[in-house]
Amino acid sequence: MNTVTELIKNLADQHGRQRNNLLPILQGVVEQEKYLSEFSMKAIAKELDMSAAEVFGTATFYSFLEHKKMGRYIIRICKTISCSMKGSNQVLLAIEDMLKISLGETTTDGTFSILQTNCLGFCHQAPAMLINNEVYTDLTPEKVREILSMYINKIKEGAPNEN
Amino acid sequence: MKTNFQLKKVDFIFNNENDWEEVLSKNLNRSRQDIINELISSELKGRGGAGFPTGLKWKLSADANDETKYVICNADEGEPGTFKDREILSKVPFKVLTAMAICAYVIGAKEGYIYLRGEYFFLQPEINNAINEFEYYCKEINFDFSIKIFMGSGAYICGEETALFESMEGKRGEPRNKPPYPSSYGYMGKPTVINNVETMAHAYTICNYGAKRFYDLGVQYSRGSKLYSVSGDTPKPGIYELELGMSLSDFVDEFGDGDTKAVQVGGASGFLVPRKKFNETTIGYQGKLTGISLPTGGSMMLFNSSRSMYNVLDNYLVFFHEESCGQCTPCRVGCQQLLKGIKSVKNGQKNAQYLDKLLQLAETMQFTAKCGLGQSVANSFSSIVENFREEMIY
Ligand SMILES: Cc1cc2nc3c(=O)[nH]c(=O)nc-3n(C[C@H](O)[C@H](O)[C@H](O)COP(=O)(O)O)c2cc1C
Ligand code: SF4
Ligand code: FES
Repeated sequence: MNTVTELIKNLADQHGRQRNNLLPILQGVVEQEKYLSEFSMKAIAKELDMSAAEVFGTATFYSFLEHKKMGRYIIRICKTISCSMKGSNQVLLAIEDMLKISLGETTTDGTFSILQTNCLGFCHQAPAMLINNEVYTDLTPEKVREILSMYINKIKEGAPNEN
Repeated sequence: MKTNFQLKKVDFIFNNENDWEEVLSKNLNRSRQDIINELISSELKGRGGAGFPTGLKWKLSADANDETKYVICNADEGEPGTFKDREILSKVPFKVLTAMAICAYVIGAKEGYIYLRGEYFFLQPEINNAINEFEYYCKEINFDFSIKIFMGSGAYICGEETALFESMEGKRGEPRNKPPYPSSYGYMGKPTVINNVETMAHAYTICNYGAKRFYDLGVQYSRGSKLYSVSGDTPKPGIYELELGMSLSDFVDEFGDGDTKAVQVGGASGFLVPRKKFNETTIGYQGKLTGISLPTGGSMMLFNSSRSMYNVLDNYLVFFHEESCGQCTPCRVGCQQLLKGIKSVKNGQKNAQYLDKLLQLAETMQFTAKCGLGQSVANSFSSIVENFREEMIY
């Protein structure tokens, strides 16, 4: 069996196969794969015995359920007002400059993707961003360069695929 | 003019969590009606933004005739400028769990859920540990109640209660028509109590110390304390528990940087108050103390004179445009047109009178949009455009 199909089967065993188990299953696939491919969505539909259109319709509603191939580390920078006032845009520029990609793109080696997001709930420590599920706050261009270097070194040392 | 009411710091919410076991067993031995009466007389109102009386909410679900009912804690916390619920869940999770269990006892539910926003994924293990310990105690005292975390996936609209149910049911987070209300038709079509995290924490205090201790804080129509999330141009950003009913000028004296031009009360869906109205504005629920009284989920964003109010409004409208679920036309098209509209006025393609058309559109949305998101866009839109009209044009 294909690994994604197997993952989906395991997630369905764990959460159940009812409609109200759909979101946790979609989230489980994104956790592993970083996005929902057409193949995954069809496989989920089959596993839960529902129409693929329903799965697609639900999945595309949620901004954290990507349906485009993403990098191993998804950077989401807050662009809402408190962060914007404290310079989230300069932080974004520093990241784009360092990774040599623009907003919405993924590095060619598939390591990083850069996205913007709405208020992360850390406005008192603005600007804030997420890298996968990890939160980073009080960002400056210097600080964000350090954080990214840390990730890059970790990858060089061959860190296993974690979050 | 100043109100004679002074800004008072309170320290209730982040204290006294340790006696949760006692609080739980004590309340499970009271009559359901007794607990409902206690909550009603405390005059606790929902802290998620809408301000519905909590005792009444519990009573409505308790009166609903159904075998299956649910208790849900709304931890979607997506309103820009709000970050207090996370702090409660990480510092005093047992208060929230205990209040959920007391609510379950009162209405007759066996299952509870915490709907946690996807952005707070990192909190999940901590909360799960607390839940395990909590459920273990429930078993020990033979109380049949379980709690699960349901994770959101980055959609602000899922904080709206009926959208939240849809999301938990595995669907797009599109709000339902109301009525029917959650108290009779909530998650899976069953009677459901849904309360904000902070509301649960206050319910714990009331169930522990009685209504009086809570009621004695605050002012008429706005009893108790409230957590405020303070951000923007302030030397002390953070989370503060203050009595309800304070005047905005007292607040600015304490938290401003000396150059505060305006305060956004209640997040992007709340109101912008310009400096000249600080004195007459108080923070609370309906019922006018002096001048305007603004309800709030607790988001307070300060802007000093270096800030362009045009940029602020533009930022909010982008937010609404992106987060609108797109289900109803007034909101889907309205958000887009308001955003396009202010840009056209700013770059001179439209004349200043066009702003009045946009104000009318915002008002139409207030009456015709299906849910609170579309209905509340007018709050910030009108308060910014009316108070800072020149900044919209030049
Ligand atoms: C667009 C929108 C977003 C909302 N987001 C939240 C939220 O993140 N957290 C919350 O507690 N209530 C939120 N609410 C309010 C809920 O619909 C509901 O009124 C609240 O959870 C009830 O709890 P309470 O009575 O304890 O305040 C939102 C409402 C709207 C219209
Ligand atoms: S008002 Fe906006 S968010 Fe609410 S149902 Fe209509 S489109 Fe959706
Ligand atoms: S505005 Fe960025 S975290 Fe709230």
